[in-house]
Amino acid sequence: MDGFGSDFSAGGSGGKMDTGTIMEQVKVQIAVANAQELLQRMTDKCFRKCISKPGSSLDNSEQKCIAMCMDRYMDSWNIVSRTYNSRLQRERARM
Amino acid sequence: MDSYDNISASEKAEAADLQRLIATEQQKAQFQAQVHSFTDICWDKCVDSPGSKLDYRTETCLVNCVERFIDTTLTITNRFTQMVQKSGH
Repeated sequence: MDGFGSDFSAGGSGGKMDTGTIMEQVKVQIAVANAQELLQRMTDKCFRKCISKPGSSLDNSEQKCIAMCMDRYMDSWNIVSRTYNSRLQRERARM
Repeated sequence: MDSYDNISASEKAEAADLQRLIATEQQKAQFQAQVHSFTDICWDKCVDSPGSKLDYRTETCLVNCVERFIDTTLTITNRFTQMVQKSGH
């Protein structure tokens, strides 16, 4: 916990940050990390699905495939999220 | 600067409050990380060629995939625990 506190105070002007400001930063950092994770995994999956033989440029059908793949990946993410969430709730109710 | 042992009660309450809020956000982040991992695994199992819409079969496959992955985790954890307990005695 030592480095944690000093990281935040180093960012301010020497003064203390209020709880709201710190939480705002924490939430933004988590959201950015989440978006990066999604982007990285989605790129990996859609590259595999859509570009079988990399040519001199992304052709029209590849671009269409990428767009479709992105949308379906995000749909899948949401389905998985809902399923996992309801499973967690069921498990908690069982305890 | 204040020394550590004369922090006021209100500051202590604020610190406890912050710790609780951060723990909640940490839990949410952990949930999201788990969803990324499940999506990765189940996408490979369930989605062949992404169409203009996820069809019903794919949706069912994704749901089953997540549920069975969790079942597998629980089964393996239980069995492994038993193995360790048996060999420990």
